[in-house]
Order: sequence, then structure tokens, then C-alpha cells
Amino acid sequence: MWEYTEKVKDHFFNPRNAGALADANAVGEVGSLSCGDALKLMLKVNPETEVIEEAKFQTFGCGSAIASSSALTELVIGKTIDEARRLTNQDIAEFLDGLPPEKMHCSVMGQEALTAAVAAWRGEDLEDDDHEEGALICKCFAVDEGMIERAVRTNKLTSIEMVTHYTKAGGGCNSCREPLEELLADVNAAMVAEGMLKPEEAFVFGAAPAPKPKKKKAQGFVIPDMPPVAAAPAPQAPAPIAITPLAAPAPVAEAPAPAGRTPAQEAIAIARVIEELRPVFKADGGDVELVDFEGGLVLVSLTGACSGCQLANQTLGGLQKRIAETLGRSVRVMPVAKT
Amino acid sequence: MTPVYLDNNATTRVFPEVVEAMVPYFTEQFGNASSIHAFGSDVGGALRQARRSLQALIGAEFDHEIIFTSGGTESNNTALRSALAANPERNEIVTSTVEHPAILSLCDWLEKHEGVTVHRIPVDKQGRLDIDAYRAALGPKTALVSLMWANNETGTIFPVDGLADLAHEAGALFHTDAVQAVGKVPIDLKSTAIDMLSLSSHKFHGPKGLGALYVRRGTRFRPLLRGGHQERGRRAGTENAPAIVGLGKAAEMTMATMTDDMARITALRDRLEKGLVQAVGHCFVTGDPYDRLPNTSTIAFEYIEGEAILLLLNKQGIAASSGSACTSGSLEPSHVLRAMEIPFTAAHGAIRFSLSRETTDADVDRVLDAVPAIIDQLREMSPFWSRDGAAPQTFDPAYA
Ligand SMILES: Cc1ncc(COP(=O)(O)O)c(C=O)c1O
Ligand code: FES
Repeated sequence: MWEYTEKVKDHFFNPRNAGALADANAVGEVGSLSCGDALKLMLKVNPETEVIEEAKFQTFGCGSAIASSSALTELVIGKTIDEARRLTNQDIAEFLDGLPPEKMHCSVMGQEALTAAVAAWRGEDLEDDDHEEGALICKCFAVDEGMIERAVRTNKLTSIEMVTHYTKAGGGCNSCREPLEELLADVNAAMVAEGMLKPEEAFVFGAAPAPKPKKKKAQGFVIPDMPPVAAAPAPQAPAPIAITPLAAPAPVAEAPAPAGRTPAQEAIAIARVIEELRPVFKADGGDVELVDFEGGLVLVSLTGACSGCQLANQTLGGLQKRIAETLGRSVRVMPVAKT
Repeated sequence: MTPVYLDNNATTRVFPEVVEAMVPYFTEQFGNASSIHAFGSDVGGALRQARRSLQALIGAEFDHEIIFTSGGTESNNTALRSALAANPERNEIVTSTVEHPAILSLCDWLEKHEGVTVHRIPVDKQGRLDIDAYRAALGPKTALVSLMWANNETGTIFPVDGLADLAHEAGALFHTDAVQAVGKVPIDLKSTAIDMLSLSSHKFHGPKGLGALYVRRGTRFRPLLRGGHQERGRRAGTENAPAIVGLGKAAEMTMATMTDDMARITALRDRLEKGLVQAVGHCFVTGDPYDRLPNTSTIAFEYIEGEAILLLLNKQGIAASSGSACTSGSLEPSHVLRAMEIPFTAAHGAIRFSLSRETTDADVDRVLDAVPAIIDQLREMSPFWSRDGAAPQTFDPAYA
């Protein structure tokens, strides 16, 4: 079991301000059932003074999610909206005397709910905001660019593992690995430019994975090895990934593919790889189809038992690798809904 | 407050009689079974005795069909690698999506790094194997089928007898991970077509770090560990004599009272399950209602999260486990519940109660007493729960 601090235990076993707040005038909701945690923060703000007079929460989640929510309400009560909006997830974690690294996303969820509630109070349209903040990066846990950037900046995150601990992004199928790496590299680069981060600490896209930040707590779960998505796969040494019996000679012959293929030729090559791998998906009770292909992006639709299952995502990883080998450059395979 | 231990699928308490039987093999008979002198002379006899006790428990025809290993994990690794190495003309494995990681992560590895094709057969919402997909996956390239006898999370039992016959029709070997089944369901290997079976001592009140792989006589076999000639050259390394003696004793004790024990455990489990489902509402039992281990009940509580339930249970001295993401440190619910397409509304709140022959009526009463209030308390706090009865989403329980 996790090593929770006494403070976390106290706020879990005796949550402060749990329940609904009937006359709330600023509400922030984040998370969802499928993500595994969700928080509804309800504030009663004095319209004159903008002081938060009451705060209550409803949380679906683990012990540290409930404790973080409880801490959040204690932190905001009595503060003005302006003061409250300056709170970060660090403040929540510190209030609880720390959280296990793998659970930091609980504190981030608290901050996100607060941001949403403040926006609601100000009458800002969060939906629009979301779009301005950028694209959805991680579909598994519905995490967008804005949330990742905030977490990276607030907590000086410099590895994908840390980003996953703090935002959950990348903790599921792992198909968002590449955009996640790009984003982390961009934000880190900006932080270096602003003097917030030393250049040698920054995450560099395509570089070898950053060394583990600290030695892990003994009982912690180790995130399984993630296959590094090479920015430019070395065409000379394709790892033998025999995902189908047919695989043996074909990819080796095609791997050092000349760059001279036209997009149409590439599309045909991709279609052929998919056709070859279809039996694998079918064996697992599903199917895969090529939907679209543009530049570095290959869109496929998954049906049957495949859609949404972890297994399909592993197989998708294999597919991505095979296509990359065939084309001699890196591509991203993304599952899309079939229309 | 006496603790209530309902996590017996994770591990069991070692029977005191087992500990007692083991002690002399640490203190007096500490010799190496292979030695000539008196310090080792009795050890060989004790190992033979233990092997026979285990042979009886699993109904093996010969005692030398049993190879002692360091546990279920080693047995599984040995079985898969042996089948591939002994049948080089075949390079496919058929398994299921709900196996223990001791099978699945090895399969992932073999697929990724060693050119093996792996077919993972899906299950339905009750966790039952898709037999049509299984038949379709078998072929002339299948080296080995590995399907678990009973699932550790839901207790669902696969019809391994029939599945083994189908594997043989395709000329493939059949292995079963019976770590959760041994000691809980009658097993008579000599009357089946099963070629290999993995078991683990700590799941039936024996010591941890010891298991066995059954390999039917005549089955082509390649050892995983090479070295000395122990276990007839099939598993090198000085025998863990105290643990083997302990496993033998546990097997003997389990065998002696299994029928009665399991009838009693089934009754306790059913009382626990029915009581909870009735008292709590918006929850359902996962797994195959008609073919499940007698000791296992995994109940999915909607709109709340498993770790929170476990923490509150633990505070009252009740130990159970969950298929939820948060306890394992993974961010997603267990692969078993996902494979069964248990909706997210409930998968995060799945709690496994696993009983043993040490479970009492009083234990069940304690759980029945504690759980409804805990669930209420957490649901009161959940944004997805509405008090006025009408749950936010309608739901179709698989089994009530
Ligand atoms: C089905 C199953 N297989 C294998 C194992 C691993 O056994 P061991 O702990 O002896 O390595 C377990 C134990 O958790 C199990 O439940
Ligand atoms: S999309 Fe990010 S983990 Fe699946």
C-alpha cells in the first residue's frame, strides 16, 4: 500500500467540507468516471468582497484524491478569488506534508478544479478557453496541452514519467508518447529561455530518456518500460519484431526504403503492412482498417474487441513500428472513430 | 479487534502444522539431499514423501511428473519456454487476455523480442473464454496453448479439460496456470489431456517461494535453469528442502478436508456476496456465475473507487484487494476487468474478497456489517452519485 503521510490519512478518514453545497455560485468540475478520478469543487463567493466564504467538494477517486480535495477546500476558504487563483498543486501537496510521486496527479486535479471554479466565477467560458489552451494530447485521460504545460511549469517536470505522475497523461495506452515528448521538450525549452530551468535539466525531444529522478519508494509500482519512439529509426538495424509469421524477410528488405516514395506509394505500402497485420487483430476478435494517411500521421479505425482495449494499443505500437520500418521514417499511428 | 483476512488469492497464512513440519529441515536435517552422509540422508526421503503428497493432490499418474520450482511464476516461464524450445518448427502461442502477468508479460516479451506470434483469446462479460476464437487461433504453427484453470481476480474457471483436447487436435501442447485452482477444485490430471500445469505453494497455506510444474510423462521438455542434476536434470539448483516439505504437508492437509472445506467456503462466500449485493445496491458480482472458484467474490461497486474502499476497510481490520487502478500504481483498472468490458462506472470500484478454510462465520458478519456504511460514506462524497435513489446512469447488472 502507499506510504501516505498522517496528514493525508487524516484528510481521507476525516474529510473536511465533503458534500454538496446548495447555494454555490462558482463550481469547477474536472475528471470523469472513465479516468478514475473526478472532482466537483463548489464555492460560495461573497459578490461584494470576492471572499470565498464556503467551499465543499464531491470526489470520486482514491484516498489521496479525497484528501487533496479536502485540503483544497481548507486552503481556499477565507481567501479572495484573486488569492485563491494563485494556489498551485504544490500548495495542496505541501498542505498534506507531501504525496507519493505517483499520486501527484491528485493535487493537480485539485488545482484544475479550482481554476475551473475561478473561471466560472469570472464568467469565462471554459470551453473556449480549453480550445485556446491547445489540443487534447492524451485521449486516455483527457489531458490537454494547457494542463500539461501548467503542471510542467509549476512543478518543473523534466521527464515523461514525472508528467505521467502529475497529469496521468501517457499512463494508459502510451500512444500519446510522441506528442507528449514534443510538448515537454517545447515547454522545457521555453523555461530555459525564461531562466526557470538549467539547460542541462531540460528534456530534449528524441534524446535518450532522462534518468529516473530519484530512486523509487520500495513499494511503488514501476511504470512498465515504454518502448522509446525513436525520432529517426536507424534503417540499418530494424529490431526483429515478428508480429506475424510473414514478418520475417519482408520488413528487412523494405526497411532502408528510399526516401523517393511518393505519398501515394507510401499509402500503398502502409495499406500493405496493415493488411499483413490484420490477422493479428482478428485473432484477438477485432479488426483494423486504414482510414487516412498524411505526412507522419496514420489514422486507423479499430473495431470489435480491439477498440479501446489495452491489447489493441500494444498491437498498435507494433503496427506503428512496422510502418516506420517500411517507410524508413517515423510515423504516428492513431486510432480514430470510424464515421 | 481481530483482523479479518479476505485476501487469500494474494497469499494465504502458512498452517502452523506446516511450519512445524519445516523446522527440522532448517535445524537438524539441514544437509543437501544429494550428499552421502547422514545430514542429508533423511532429506531425500522427505522430498519423496512431499512429492507423493502433491501427486495425490493433483492426481498425477507418476510422482516424477512433478518438478519443484521457485513458484508459479517460474513454473509458467518454464512451461512456455520449454514448449517453444522443444518444438522449433512451431512458433505460436495461444493464450487469453485475462491471464496472470506471469504469462502475459512473458508473452509480450516473446512476441517483441523472440519472433513468437501470440494469440490472446478474448473473454465475454462474464469472463468466459471465446471458444470460437480459440478454435480459430489454433493451427499447425501452435506450439503451446496456455490457459489458466481459474482466474485470480474473478475466480472464473475455464473448462481446461475440453480446451486441452482441442489443443491436441491441433497438435499443440497444453499448459494451464492452475495457481489459483490447486487446493480449491478437484484436480485429477491423469484423466485429462493436460500436458503441463503450474502451481504455487503459498496459495494453499504452504510457504512462499515454492511451486511446481507438472509435466506429463513423455512430454518433450527443455529446462529453464541448467546446472546440477536435481529434479532429474529438469530444474537445476539445490532443492529448497524445508519449503518442499512444507508444500507436501500443506498438500496433505488440503487434500484431507478439501471437499468439506470447499462446501463450507462456498456457503460463506455466497452469504457474503448475497448479503452485500442486497444491502448495498448498485453493485454486481463479476465473473462466471456458474463456474467460479468457491472462495472468490469480486464485487464491483458503482460510482466509487476501490482504493478508498480498501483504506476504509483496512481501518476496520478487514483486508481485501481491488482491481482498481490506484492501488497498483497503474492508472487504469485491471486488465481482467477491462477484458470483460466491465463499465468504467464500476471497474474502478471492484473489490475482491477471497476466502480460505480459515474464514469464519464471524468474519463474514464483520464484512456484512462494515461494507454498506463504507460504500454509503464514499458515495455521499462522489459527484456521480445522486442521493435521491435515481442513480445517474442506469445499469444492467451481470449477476445479482
Ligand atoms: C494465476 C496466478 N498465476 C501465477 C501467480 C504467481 O505465482 P507466484 O507468486 O508463486 O510466483 C499467481 C499469484 O499471484 C496467480 O494468481
Ligand atoms: S492517449 Fe495518452 S495514454 Fe493513451
